[in-house]
Amino acid sequence: MSETGRRLTFEIFRFNPQDPESKPHMQSFEIDEVPYMSLFMALNEIRETLDPSLQFDFACRSAICGSCGMMVNGKPVLGCRTQTSDLPDRIRLHPLPVFKLVGDLSVDTGTWFREMAEKSEAWVHAEKAFDPEAIEDRMDDELAQQIYDSDRCIECGCCISSCGVANVNDEFAGPAGLNRIARFAMDPRDTRSDEEWFEVISNENGVFGCIGMMACHDVCPKELPLLEVYAYLRRKALSTAL
Amino acid sequence: MTAKITSTDVLVIGGGLAGERCAIEAAAAGHDVLILSLVPPRRSHSCAAQGGMQAALGNCVKAEGDNPDVHYLDTVRGSDWGADQAVSRIFADNAPIAVRELAHFGVPWTRVKGGKNHYFIKGERVEIEEALENDGLIMHRDFGGTAKWRACYAGAGTGHSALFAVDAEVVRLGVTVRDRAEAVELIHDGTRCYGAVSRCLRTGEHSAILAKATVIATGGHGRIYGQYTTNATINEGMGAAIALNTGVVPLGNMEAVQFHPTALSPSGILVTEGCRGDGGYLLDKDGHRFMVDAEPEKQELASRDVVSRHMAQRMFDGFGVETKFGPHLWLDVRHLGDEHLRTKLREVWEICRDFLGLDPAEELVPVRPTQHYSMGGVRVNAEGEAYSMAGLFAVGEASCWDMHGFNRLGGNSLAETIVAGMLVGRRIAATVGRGGLDVETRYASEALQKAEERAAELLGREGDGPSAYGIRDAMAEVMIRKVGIFRNGDDLGQAVAELRQLLDDCDRIVLRSRVPGMNPELTFALRIRNMVRLAHITAKGALARTESRGAHFRTDFPLRDDASWLNRTLARWTDDAAEPDISYEPVGELDVPPGHRGYGADERIEMAMPVEDYNRQVEEGQRAAGKLPTEGVL
Repeated sequence: MSETGRRLTFEIFRFNPQDPESKPHMQSFEIDEVPYMSLFMALNEIRETLDPSLQFDFACRSAICGSCGMMVNGKPVLGCRTQTSDLPDRIRLHPLPVFKLVGDLSVDTGTWFREMAEKSEAWVHAEKAFDPEAIEDRMDDELAQQIYDSDRCIECGCCISSCGVANVNDEFAGPAGLNRIARFAMDPRDTRSDEEWFEVISNENGVFGCIGMMACHDVCPKELPLLEVYAYLRRKALSTAL
Repeated sequence: MTAKITSTDVLVIGGGLAGERCAIEAAAAGHDVLILSLVPPRRSHSCAAQGGMQAALGNCVKAEGDNPDVHYLDTVRGSDWGADQAVSRIFADNAPIAVRELAHFGVPWTRVKGGKNHYFIKGERVEIEEALENDGLIMHRDFGGTAKWRACYAGAGTGHSALFAVDAEVVRLGVTVRDRAEAVELIHDGTRCYGAVSRCLRTGEHSAILAKATVIATGGHGRIYGQYTTNATINEGMGAAIALNTGVVPLGNMEAVQFHPTALSPSGILVTEGCRGDGGYLLDKDGHRFMVDAEPEKQELASRDVVSRHMAQRMFDGFGVETKFGPHLWLDVRHLGDEHLRTKLREVWEICRDFLGLDPAEELVPVRPTQHYSMGGVRVNAEGEAYSMAGLFAVGEASCWDMHGFNRLGGNSLAETIVAGMLVGRRIAATVGRGGLDVETRYASEALQKAEERAAELLGREGDGPSAYGIRDAMAEVMIRKVGIFRNGDDLGQAVAELRQLLDDCDRIVLRSRVPGMNPELTFALRIRNMVRLAHITAKGALARTESRGAHFRTDFPLRDDASWLNRTLARWTDDAAEPDISYEPVGELDVPPGHRGYGADERIEMAMPVEDYNRQVEEGQRAAGKLPTEGVL
């Protein structure tokens, strides 16, 4: 008997693209639940005691690095902060959709986000070079907090996987991409003009590609204010168009 | 598929803050740069730094009078005089530039709000009027072991914001990043480094990268303490290990291991020193603020080594809260209030909710000291070039540059990543263009073959043998029980012997999985031998050092001994040797003579020789230890 009285059954998607013999399938594993068990603990136990070939990604195991996005019973979440006590006895795990599969639960979010950053030029377009002799430019603390609020995105990909548009349109910036654009658009250190921003924001791959289902808002582990982000981008686009 | 042998000007191993800052300096100067990273760079462990980055801007009332001189003094005292003071000086002078440059890259630093502000200082709520003329400048918060408020911060996500800003520059400059790639072998001829062999963590394939300059920026190696660390799972020290495996490059001060006072119990997840900096308390099981008795002057904000020792002692004395996971103490931030916790300490509030299911505005947070930072690493000169190996550099936590000595101050490592990355990057940019890549390709093919054969040999072993995970768990128990906060000769002697045995066990590991591709079990089995070697050096250095300095505390030698131990440990390990070779070099020229830190123990064994005599033998001693001449670029 486990300490919590539960035996958990994990049904895990398996496929190793490097193995010509491997075919996509679901595989079941059973382990005893222990108190405070996270999916980080559970998956490592499965790998270390039941199947050493199982692939998954964790790094910080404290919901800060964004490595461990996965579908848990159909919902994209961070595995490390998901406690088994919040889940039923049968737990189905799939890799995040949209991203290229590396193997089993591991997906290539790095390439996707790098391309997104390149396409939207997600960096500060500074007017002047950095002057090591000068003191910093001033910024109102409230504005700094607003930028920080969007800057907190950890690019885990949960929102992308939950997004109906991102699932069918590879070019769509997606919630995390739109958030990243807004983060730089609201930053006065970025000197891009309204017209330049209009090009980035106002097409079917920008904010007007969003069809408003807002699953992204529900699944974001960092609880980013995505509703406000889209409203801000729409306002910015419209004010430029008018 | 990656080509078997490629070349670049600069190869940076590790995509965290130090590696990326170094990469952009070289790339901006027009050099071809390739970054290898275990994970997408934005997932590097730099992102987990929470509370702040130290730089003496002196922008708020509690920072008045601060400047790089004061920061430098704090850093040397924090190091318990183990630091290379010349390096601490370079660091403190450049930290303000690094922080302001990050503002230029887009970090949304918290700013000074002119007018009335309320802070918690030493248990009291105080009202302070910030000057209107400072409104909008970068704000500071208090951290341990500092004379002034100095830590610049963005919520409790400072490392995250800094890493994203620096990686945005990497993207802007078009620097190539090869993620899910691990450097497993350096290419060298015994005196010069020519790049590294990389193992792809998508396919398991090896390839060689030839480079004029190779930079190790792989972070710390806290995972030699297994789960008893705040470090990410990727902090296994493979950069330090491949440098050690050359048999030529020394690792410095590996016995200097920092325990952070406030990791969550039992998960080991970090909550920032900023909690105490902003006025949080440490309480024992009776709700008593024991740090006020232990350190009347600094209270909860003494340096981390000192606070961690008082906490461990408090628990040994029976004042911990007993649980099935062992004892813990309490962090109390309730009085800071809901709004403060949800803004300035937002990530702490989230961690408490996500991992403990509690609201820190209402409840106490269970904490205990946990392995956190590796002061030790690849020993380099002031320009970041490795001892005894030209063309090899190290930056950040992977290095022993050595501004931290035997204890690093909170917020100094985040600042170090940017300062060292910037300066070492500048040094590389200035010299890497001097000539072609003059290397016999046999060094590359030999290193490649060595790496491939190692993997094939492991895969080919049959029969019964230990598992890599079992060895990891055994190593972790040895390290936490015998090479922890309080150390003694008996325990350390046993630890050295047990780790030596575990090293032999590594040669008998038998895999259960032989799947094609990266094979996670093979990947870990290839690392564990390296991890045990790092652990062994840590224990051996700790056994040899019969004094107490900074984070290295010997109950059988409780005093700092400046007569015998004002030096730095260097460990080299050749392939054919059963044990590492331990030697010593002078810490560096003493500008600030050894004295009392202002917290912690005041008793010590004084230097036997005059400071001038000590200083006279520094350069010669360090050259003899393998230090390469600097180029005078900084």
